[in-house]
Amino acid sequence: MAGVGSACLAVGLLTALYAVVASVYGARTRRREWISSGRRAIYCVAALSVTAFALLEAAFLRSDFSFALVAEGSSTDTPTFYKVTALWATQDGSLLLWVTLLSLFSTTVLFLTRRSLRDIAPYATAVLGCIAAFFLLLMVGWENPFDTLAMQPAEGAGLNPLLRHPAMMIHPPMLYTGYVGFSIPFAFAIGALIARRTGADWIRATRRFALIAWTFLGTGIMLGALWSYTELGWGGYWAWDPVENASLMPWLVGTAFLHSIMVQEKRGMLKVWNVSLICATFTLALMGTFLVRSGILESIHAFGASTIGVQFLVFIGLVIAVSAGLIIARLPHLRSEARLDSLLSREAFFLLNNLVLVGLCLVILWGTFFPLISEAITGTEASVGPPWFNRLVTPLALVLVLLTAIGPMLAWRRFTPSSLRRILTVPLAVVATVLVVLLALTDAVDSPPSLAMFCLVAFVLAAVGQELWRGTMARRTMSGESWPRALARLTGRNRRRYGGFLVHAGIAVLFLGVAASSAFLDQRDVRLSPGESFEVNGYHVTYREATAKLGGDSGGTGAPISFGAVLDVRKDGKHFVLRPSRNYYASGDPALGTISRFFEGEATSEVDVRWGLTRDVWLAVRPDIGSLEGPIREADAKFAESPGDVQALIVAALAERYRSDPPPAAFRAIASPLVVWIWIGGGIVVLGALVAAWPSPETRLRRVRSLYSARVGQELSRA
Amino acid sequence: MEYALALVVLAVLVAAVVWLPLRRRGEEEQREETMLAELSAAKEAKYREIRDAELDHQMGKLSREDWRSVDRDLRAEAIEILRQLDRIEGRAPEGGIDR
Amino acid sequence: MDPSRKRKLRLVVALSAALLLATALIYTSFSASTEASKPSEIQPGKSYDVTGKVVKGSIEHRGDDLRFRIRDRDGTESVPVSYTGVVPDPFREGREVIVSGELANGTFVAERDSLVTKCPSKFTKDEQSS
Repeated sequence: MAGVGSACLAVGLLTALYAVVASVYGARTRRREWISSGRRAIYCVAALSVTAFALLEAAFLRSDFSFALVAEGSSTDTPTFYKVTALWATQDGSLLLWVTLLSLFSTTVLFLTRRSLRDIAPYATAVLGCIAAFFLLLMVGWENPFDTLAMQPAEGAGLNPLLRHPAMMIHPPMLYTGYVGFSIPFAFAIGALIARRTGADWIRATRRFALIAWTFLGTGIMLGALWSYTELGWGGYWAWDPVENASLMPWLVGTAFLHSIMVQEKRGMLKVWNVSLICATFTLALMGTFLVRSGILESIHAFGASTIGVQFLVFIGLVIAVSAGLIIARLPHLRSEARLDSLLSREAFFLLNNLVLVGLCLVILWGTFFPLISEAITGTEASVGPPWFNRLVTPLALVLVLLTAIGPMLAWRRFTPSSLRRILTVPLAVVATVLVVLLALTDAVDSPPSLAMFCLVAFVLAAVGQELWRGTMARRTMSGESWPRALARLTGRNRRRYGGFLVHAGIAVLFLGVAASSAFLDQRDVRLSPGESFEVNGYHVTYREATAKLGGDSGGTGAPISFGAVLDVRKDGKHFVLRPSRNYYASGDPALGTISRFFEGEATSEVDVRWGLTRDVWLAVRPDIGSLEGPIREADAKFAESPGDVQALIVAALAERYRSDPPPAAFRAIASPLVVWIWIGGGIVVLGALVAAWPSPETRLRRVRSLYSARVGQELSRA
Repeated sequence: MEYALALVVLAVLVAAVVWLPLRRRGEEEQREETMLAELSAAKEAKYREIRDAELDHQMGKLSREDWRSVDRDLRAEAIEILRQLDRIEGRAPEGGIDR
Repeated sequence: MDPSRKRKLRLVVALSAALLLATALIYTSFSASTEASKPSEIQPGKSYDVTGKVVKGSIEHRGDDLRFRIRDRDGTESVPVSYTGVVPDPFREGREVIVSGELANGTFVAERDSLVTKCPSKFTKDEQSS
């Protein structure tokens, strides 16, 4: 079966190349049959990738260790969910996932545009074919997921325990869907440039793909942050690590793109800006994919020099060169059709928002690549840490939230200055109230940036609320409908606008969570024996007892040993129990003793969090197994040759020893306010994006009707 | 061996699929149909803008004069699109356009 | 103000803002950065981000402190490290780590919570960790 999979990839590569040639030939000679053939070739690439993907998944599911990939990343005792998802935990498998997603997206968009965009679609097909060919070439030439092992091992290495978390497994497909999704508008932008059809048509056709890509990418980023918060032992959700930044940058530029295309659709402006933005977004997406696999930046994920780093760099260089060259060559076709009438218009604010977003991206880009930059300039490699990022990002983020509040309140083309006062009164009153309440009742003033953010968030939410209110009122005066019906019809007929408002509200809530949790968290690192207690943020935490479990860990990850603690948390009459633990996975290293290998393998921290709307209580434990070291070494010597069940008894005895007489364990407790609103805000954003992306059935109906009415009008005028 | 066999079989399948359209040769581009679809989309977008401007006026963001002027511009642009549509529809075959 | 002057003014404002941002970027990053270095190259009196491997058998937990020795990726000379704070899950002898701090009296005193352990190789063909 591995041979079939490899063949799928090889044929896929040839087919993708054919798609490029056929589409370009058909476009140059205006022969529809060649264009159609090229499009069908892309359909074939999709079919081949899906087949290859299915074959590989099947190998994982039946634990076929003749496949090198399965032997590396899975084992017979890996839970099924992680068997399926282990495919993309590996480099080769993730490349296959990329190609599969790309070819499926390409098939969809090419099918939908098969009768329209006749000038652009062939070139877009060619671009998509090139991208698919690149990834297929990487697999065929260097990182074949269907490599087989000459000697099939009896057992696989198993999935890295750190990755055994649902969020971590869904995170890559989400990110890749985002990256791949942006390649669609990119391909059509290049096609539009080549074909000299630089109007808004390519935007209208690919707008939804950009929105979907943006949503998935954002969700992927959030899942990564959630994983960091709930799985790692440091209790934070964002570390400004190069790999985190690599996924954030295309998202920021993608956000800018989603806004500025609206300006081109409505006013025919910002054409150069838009094509440049989407090329930048796609380049950053490639860089995001590449950064995890390169050795160029020191990071928790940078695994030293990889085998495909150079190829990626070459491809990224090619993309940048072609994009820049095309844009410069087509500058005459990219002239604006209109001018900016007034600074108080939506266009102006969208432009401002774009500048802030791009500015944010540049800051993060600078900070991420600073080691390379400083080495080039000063000769020594230096890096900047989270404090630097926070210092520069915070003011920009504040400006961004301010723009988010004002933008929706304006109108296109111009805005009557006198109505500004009427529009701003209620929201500003809300902000003033919030400010007074915060100053009086909380100590928010201790962190001025957070205080500013709280006020701006209130501004955004008040502005969105006002928009919904006034819009509904306006509809009611026209149609006399009831409140709920008017609201539903309003949002239904203006999905993009009101979906967008919902997204803004979600982002505001997200920033609220970020500001509150980063500035006002209370953290304690303590060392406790059972019976002892400590205080964090008014919570009284007592270490009740130690726990030791064999097999059946709470996270369902298949850990053999799990040491933990039971803690009682009390505050103001409330009481709850937290059970953090630490999972120990056996190591396969033959150099270790038979008993010590159970304790010397990977270990993960299983954090326990009590979620709350006002604050989270987060607890992690690091048991001290140093006291067991003596007995473990004795056991190594005595039971070196013993069978598995005797070993299990010894381990059980050691575990019981830890449980009954535990040495002091290290605890980290964090009480952070409003953290959960980050995730809630993210959910609202996704909801809003769904509303904005949903196709409105009415436009389709209206399109047919208006065609007929146009014909009627025409025939009437002829008669 | 399995690899080579699969290679041949898959290549043949793909070749068959992509060759099918090439059998009917020499069909020229149906420009009218393309332009029709694109102009219709542009018209829809323009109508949406007109409605949005009206909503903005009702919500108090645009004064009567500002709205009147914006509305005038938008309707002029819409009429231009309709004119282009008419020109093409005059040449398009009878029987409606199927999607 | 006629339109072309307005546009020139906006351009000037935009460029000034960009210039301001660039200056802030460059100035703050060069002054706030820590130098990345190998254990064999560090000097006392400056803060560094040291990258290296944890020497086998050198890990000691002393109360709240973690002590270990760090050596160059391809070297044998090592420097003792004294660290407090959260210890990442993958931390193990022989693994590659990054830690920030300063050399004082022959011991590298690490900043709190600055220890980063690289995830065991996922994407390289040469290094095998089992």
